[in-house]
This record gives sequence, structure tokens and C-alpha cells, in this order.
Amino acid sequence: MAQHKVNFTQDGGLPVALTTIDKVVNWGRSNSLWALTYGLACCGIEMMASGASRYDFDRFGTIFRASPRQADVMIVAGTLTKKHAEFIKRLYDQMTEPRWVISMGSCANTGGMFNTYATVQGCDRIIPVDLYLPGCAPRPETLQYGVMLLQKKIRAQKAGRAQKPKRLM
Amino acid sequence: MRAYKPKDDVQKKPYYTDRFWVAPQVPKQDVSTDEVFAADLAALKEKFEVLDAYIQVEQMVVYIKPEDNFEVIKFFKEELTYDQLSEMSAIDWLAQRGEFEIFYQMLSMNKRKRVRIKMYIKEDQAIESVEKLFRSADWSEREMYDMFGVKVNNHPFMKRILMPYDWQGFPLRKTYPLEGDEFAQWYEVDKIYGKEARDIIGPELRDTARIDRYDSERFARLGHEVPRGAPVTDNDPENPQEYQEESGVFMIKKLKKESSVIVDDPQR
Repeated sequence: MAQHKVNFTQDGGLPVALTTIDKVVNWGRSNSLWALTYGLACCGIEMMASGASRYDFDRFGTIFRASPRQADVMIVAGTLTKKHAEFIKRLYDQMTEPRWVISMGSCANTGGMFNTYATVQGCDRIIPVDLYLPGCAPRPETLQYGVMLLQKKIRAQKAGRAQKPKRLM
Repeated sequence: MRAYKPKDDVQKKPYYTDRFWVAPQVPKQDVSTDEVFAADLAALKEKFEVLDAYIQVEQMVVYIKPEDNFEVIKFFKEELTYDQLSEMSAIDWLAQRGEFEIFYQMLSMNKRKRVRIKMYIKEDQAIESVEKLFRSADWSEREMYDMFGVKVNNHPFMKRILMPYDWQGFPLRKTYPLEGDEFAQWYEVDKIYGKEARDIIGPELRDTARIDRYDSERFARLGHEVPRGAPVTDNDPENPQEYQEESGVFMIKKLKKESSVIVDDPQR
């Protein structure tokens, strides 16, 4: 057998990196968080600004998709009215697992200043929420920070197991 | 002892009442002070019964019988050239006089005048649709039905316009609570999850200013970022936020955290 002088244990020995399945899968998941285009009110403007060139969500692999079937994260950006409540549930159910929800801004968090008969007092009454962003409306930096926190949360998860159904409220 | 006054009559109770404040009335002029309006009113009186008429803020206000509303508005549109219906809706006077007041605000472009046609109807009384005269009345009448429950006859599509079709109650009536009745408060829960989910989801938290620093289930811990459901004690643990995993960035070996520099001057 031919003797070769490759030392496998040193850097540059072979283009091989050792890791775990969890880390690889979560690396992929957390760095390609496709978000559902879901601007309900003025928070949607900030969400659009986050996606545009100045704040540039593409750096995080966050690309807005117009279909819930292609989306991983739903950013509830704006006031959720009671008339719309059944549709947010339907859209959430159409998203493929694993899926995450960011509740963006005061209205989506708690109903905000709309303490009225027509507003859902927090979208977590309908769908389970992973991350709440404060602000009215939150700055794009806040949304970026929120996405980074969500990435961190995803990286801490077990990848192989099916996601446990999240508790509602 | 002080005399007992019932405090739960919400219809008669505005948000703030100053007992000594008298609402200023905009002065009313007689219709004869304006010859255009005087001629219009005289022509109107020949055909229809006019209950009251005056000029307020340079606009003529005419009270008619609610049965005549279609014919009167047709008369105003075709004979008197008031060719726009700017606005129409109802006013809830149910507590004071047991009636709704319906108003139609009309504009004549060539006369450059505005008139307001008003009528009182009972709570269960229906009025005739003017949608055949003005297309703008289509949505206005639907909104009037949606918000006040005033029924309109011969409307092409008499359904709610703003609230969902299965909504109960008429939100702009003075008796309707701002935060909604029981149906409104449980609407989305009942519709999506069913009534049995009420116990799980719980009632709406209406006090948005409520802060409970020991509550880590909701939002009171905003800014501290404790995990959900974590017990919160008086001495908060140090919880510095890291942007990266503790073991460094995946697949990047050369980054030494100790030697890295954090640029904290945004204007650098």
C-alpha cells in the first residue's frame, strides 16, 4: 500500500468538520428563517423597512414569503382584529413545522392602545408566541434583535425530535 | 344621607360631566334669511310635510317624516339640484327620546349650498333605501345597519360591512360597552376553539398598564428577558444577553472571544 504523508489530525488534513446533527440542522434552520409577509398595521411598515436595503434582513437569511406553506416564522406585525382572528389561526395552521411566531409591537402583544370590542387583546390568545417585541412600533433594530434572539432560541433546541405542541396561554 | 342616584344607567352617563356646564348651542337662523334656502323650503313644503326647518352654520336643516325620506331626497336631487350625498348615518337618542335620528347631508354644486335632511325613527322602524338615487348610500346604509341596527328596506345587499357577519350587537349604540359585551369579549375564542376553551385561555387582560414583576408568563418582565415561567424572586439573577452561543460560532474556529473588540460607538 502506498504510504502517504497526510496527517489527518491536523488542520488542512482533510476538508472535514465534525459536528452533531442537532447543530447542523439548527444551523440551517436558524440561518434561513423565511418569514411570512404578515403586516397588519403600521408595524408592517417597520417590518418592510427591516427587509429593505438599509436594515437588510437578507443578511440573516430572513426572506419574506407570501405563502404560509413556505414560511418558517410568522411576524405578527400590527393590530389583530377579532374579524381577522380566524384567519391568523388558519395561516398558522398552514405553516409547516417547525414554525415560530414573533409578536411584533404593542397591539400584537396585548391589544395595545386599542382597548375596544373589536381588537384581540394579544395574539397569544389565538396562536402560541415565541417572542414578544415591545414598542409602538418597534424600530427595525428591535426586529433584527428579535430575529437574532429567535435564532439563538432555535440553536438551543433539539433538532431531531418533533416539536412539542406549544402550550396556548 | 345623600339621596340615592342610580349610577349604572350608562346611556345617560358620558365620560365626564360637569354639573354646571351647559352645552353651547350654535345659533339658529330663520330660513327666510337666505333666499336660496327659502325658495328651496317653499318648494319642498308644497309637496311634503316639513316638521321643522332652520339654518345653522350656513346650512339648512330640515326635519321631515321618515316615511317620505326616499321621495324627499329624490326631490332634493332632481328638482333642487342637490346632486351629492356627502354623508348619511344615524344618531343614537334612544336614552333621551327613544328614537334614532337619521341624517342625510347633501351638497349642491351649482348652488354651492349644503342641506341636512333629518328624521326621527323608532328603534324597530325601518327606512327606505336611497341607494337607487346615490350609490354612496350603499355602504353608508350598510354601516348604519352594522353600527346602529337601523334596518333599511330595498337595499341590494343588507349585510354588515365592518364587523363580521356573525357578530351580535350594534357597537355604536350608546348602550354598547366600549370593551364589548360578553359575546364580543369571547368572540375569537368561541369561534376558533369553542366555548370549552374559555377556561384554558382565560378572560381578556384589559388593563394594559398592569405590571406584575413576579409574572413571567406574560409581558411584565419585558426588558429583563427571563425564560417563560421562570420563578422570579426579589433579587434578580444576572442575565446578560449573548448574541452567540457559549461555545462560539459554529464552524468558525479562529474567533477568539477574549481578543475580539466590541465596537460600541455607533458613530464610529
